[in-house]
Amino acid sequence: MSKKVIERLKAQLGGKILATSDFRGDDEAVVAPKDWLEAARFVRDDADCAMDHFIDLTAVDYPERAQDGEGPRFDVLVFARSSTKNHRVRLKTRVAEGAALDSIFTVWAGASWAEREVFDMFGITFANHPDLRRILMYPEFQGFPLRKDYPIEKTQPLVPYREIEGIDKLPPFGPDMGQPWSRVDWNERLHGGDVQVSPAIGTQQGQRPSLSKGPEYLPDETPEAE
Amino acid sequence: MADVRGSGNAIPSKAVMGGGDAGFVTTRLEELLGWARKYSLFQYPFVTACCGMEFMAVAGPRYDVARFGAEAPRFSPRQSDLLWVVGTVSQRQAPALRRVYEQMGDPKYVLAFGTCASCGGFYDNYATVPGIDKIIPVDVYVPGCPPRPEAVLDGLMLLMEKVGRGNRGEGLVAPPREVPAMAKIRKKGTAVYFGQERMREEKALTEGAAPSVAELLEQSLAERPVETITLLSKDGETSKKSHDDHH
Repeated sequence: MSKKVIERLKAQLGGKILATSDFRGDDEAVVAPKDWLEAARFVRDDADCAMDHFIDLTAVDYPERAQDGEGPRFDVLVFARSSTKNHRVRLKTRVAEGAALDSIFTVWAGASWAEREVFDMFGITFANHPDLRRILMYPEFQGFPLRKDYPIEKTQPLVPYREIEGIDKLPPFGPDMGQPWSRVDWNERLHGGDVQVSPAIGTQQGQRPSLSKGPEYLPDETPEAE
Repeated sequence: MADVRGSGNAIPSKAVMGGGDAGFVTTRLEELLGWARKYSLFQYPFVTACCGMEFMAVAGPRYDVARFGAEAPRFSPRQSDLLWVVGTVSQRQAPALRRVYEQMGDPKYVLAFGTCASCGGFYDNYATVPGIDKIIPVDVYVPGCPPRPEAVLDGLMLLMEKVGRGNRGEGLVAPPREVPAMAKIRKKGTAVYFGQERMREEKALTEGAAPSVAELLEQSLAERPVETITLLSKDGETSKKSHDDHH
């Protein structure tokens, strides 16, 4: 559907498009962080792309990729759509921990809050953002909860829990009533069992590797235009 | 009035103080107050999530919570007796919930509606309070995701029983109802299966032990005709202690 967009991007931006993919019809173009703003502006302004609809901006954390020296830690993605041509594209870039990415709120104003959310959840900073502060979590919150190394059972209560006996008890009823599964898992392990219901807990406990370091993008693997 | 005293957790004695032609009833003041309170639980609905749909069903004409005198919502905590916490409470909301609870005048009661309010449900994460009892005392937990209106009414009746006794002890869990469809998904190797095994083991451990308060209440509800007024004085020491715990 939006093959044309990918081709147009490649033709116009040339070497700035590091890689493309079209897994199950979802077209994607990877750019370097320094070309992020330019690529976003191009897909909005170019007459053939006309991506006037900002859908979402989000991020993915691959900590093992950075540990093994295979690339920067985070993927940042923006999803854009054209309401006149009814096609969509996903732009992606890789950002290292601590590096700032250019804000694209000047391209799509709606990206402003999405960038705040990414900052809130992953701690990725956006240069030239007008108001970069937490949007969902409270200001007292320490750390970034959607990073894979945020302890999975860690909470930071605003109201201290009551100091009575048995406050850490398991829920007062069984799994038929929606007892949380990770606590079943946790409790099972405390009693010497080997149930692995929550992959995320297992990963953080070092019992299993994480599922993915993200897709490989090497320049020589870039598929040429057909 | 010596014979109406219950002992410990035993089933309350059922002494009916006849009215009728005589034109008067004798009882103790706190029993009378408890009886009056339990039929006028003005509610403060703290509705945050999908359980709200079932809450509306309970409040609507079909299930008609007005039968229990608990239908009148008061949107000021100062005018309400019963705080319905319906749905997931996030850490960020916790101060508001705490404040609403603190603004209610005594005697005040809290009903945790659904699994999220009771224990956080499957939101076992950085953002969610794992049960409102971490923040405020809870009188009755109603399990379910969301609970059926019948389960909510079970919980409400349990609460009324508690209010009538003037007892502010430990939180009660509305007795769960077996759902046949759930048996199908209890496949070996799933979390549900292991949870069931665990419950069975725990049940085996407590076999022969004294029945829980919830079980006793369930029995007593089944045995007692609705119209009867129960006279049951407080169990001095235990109820005093749990009252202190409560606040």
